[in-house]
Amino acid sequence: MIFVTVGTQGHFDRLVRTVDEWAGKHGRTDVFAQTGPSDASYRHIRSEQFVDPAKFREHVESASLVVAHAGMGSIITALELGKRIIVMPRRASMGEQRNDHQMATARRFAQQGRIEVAFDERELLDKLDHLDVIDEAEPLRPQASQDLIASIRTFIRTGHVDVEAHRLRYDQMALQNCRSSVPSARREDTGLDFVHSSPVVPILSEVGSEPK
Amino acid sequence: MLQTKMRQDDEALSSQSRASRPKLLAVASGGGHWIQLMRIAQAFADCSVTFVTVHNSYRDQVAGHNFYVVNDANRWSKIALLKAAVKLAWIVWSEKPDIVISTGAAPGYLALRLGRMIGARTIWLDSIANVEQLSMSGSRIGRFADLWLTQWPHLTRPGGPYYAGSVL
Repeated sequence: MIFVTVGTQGHFDRLVRTVDEWAGKHGRTDVFAQTGPSDASYRHIRSEQFVDPAKFREHVESASLVVAHAGMGSIITALELGKRIIVMPRRASMGEQRNDHQMATARRFAQQGRIEVAFDERELLDKLDHLDVIDEAEPLRPQASQDLIASIRTFIRTGHVDVEAHRLRYDQMALQNCRSSVPSARREDTGLDFVHSSPVVPILSEVGSEPK
Repeated sequence: MLQTKMRQDDEALSSQSRASRPKLLAVASGGGHWIQLMRIAQAFADCSVTFVTVHNSYRDQVAGHNFYVVNDANRWSKIALLKAAVKLAWIVWSEKPDIVISTGAAPGYLALRLGRMIGARTIWLDSIANVEQLSMSGSRIGRFADLWLTQWPHLTRPGGPYYAGSVL
C-alpha cells in the first residue's frame, strides 16, 4: 500500500494529483490519500480529507511507502515506523503555504539522507518510477535524543542546565566535520559559524586558521 | 508506546510522595508540534502533567493525564488568537503550573507568557521544521523563556536560543 498525506493545514492538490496520475498509468490500485481541506476528486486512488491520529498511524504502518508534504508530523511518523518516505515541499508561490519553510526543511533532510525529497512533480514521478532503489529506513527510536531529554529533565528539576556542555560536544563534532570537509563556502552548513562564537578557546586554537 | 513508557515511569514514582511532584503544563499545536512534544514527554516523568493541544483526537495518546483543547490559533487570525488566549489564561490560572513547556506554535507562545505571569519556569523548544530561522513565535519568545532551545546548532546565538539535542 502507498499512503499519501498532506496534513491538515491546507490543500496540496499538486502532490495528490501527481500520485493519482502515476497510479493510473501504472495500474496501482493500492493507493490511499489523506488530502486535507480540498474538494478535488481523484480517479485512481481512494482519498479522505482527514484521518484521526490513530488511523493515521495505522495507515503509515500498513504502507510500504509514504508520500507526503514536508511536514514534521508525516516525516517523524514515517521514520518512527521505519517506512520509506518521499516528501515534496509545499510552495508559498503556489498558495500552498504562507512561507517556504518546507523547502528549507526538505533541503536539510535531503542533505542528511534520511528521506527522499522531490522538489517538483517531475522529480516525484521519477522517484515513484524508481521505487526499488529507495532503501528501507532504520526505525527511529521512540524518544528524542537522550541529550535533549536529559537537559529538559535537569532543567525541570533544578531550574538550571549546562547547555555549554552540549555546545562543547557539538563543537568537537563540528571540528571533525571541518577537518574532513572542504570549501569555506560550506562551513555554514557544518555549523562552524557556531564555533566562531564559542567561548571554548582550547578547541578554537586547534583550528589554527580560524579567526578568533 | 509512549503511554506505556509514561505509565511505567508513573508507577516507578508511585512510592514517592506525589504531592511534591512539580506541576507541568505541556502545550503544542497539531501535527508536527504535537508529535515533537510526545517525543520529549519522557523528560516529564517526574512531573504531574497537564497537556494542552488543538485536537481532541490526541486525548487517547496521553490517557491518564489532564488534557485540554484550545482552538488552533495563529497570528493571522486575531479573534482565534484572543479566544485561545482566554482559554489558556483560564487553564494556567486553574492549574497553576510550576513549569510551562511548548514545542510551538502560537498557543504555546501564549501559554509561556501567561505562565511567566504567575511565576512558572518556562521552556521553549523550537520545532525541528525551522531550519533556516526560528519560527515567528520561537524568535519572539526568547525574553519569556527561561530555557530557550533550537534543534539546529547553526541557529544558536550567544544568549540563546541554545542547542541541547533534537527530537530525532
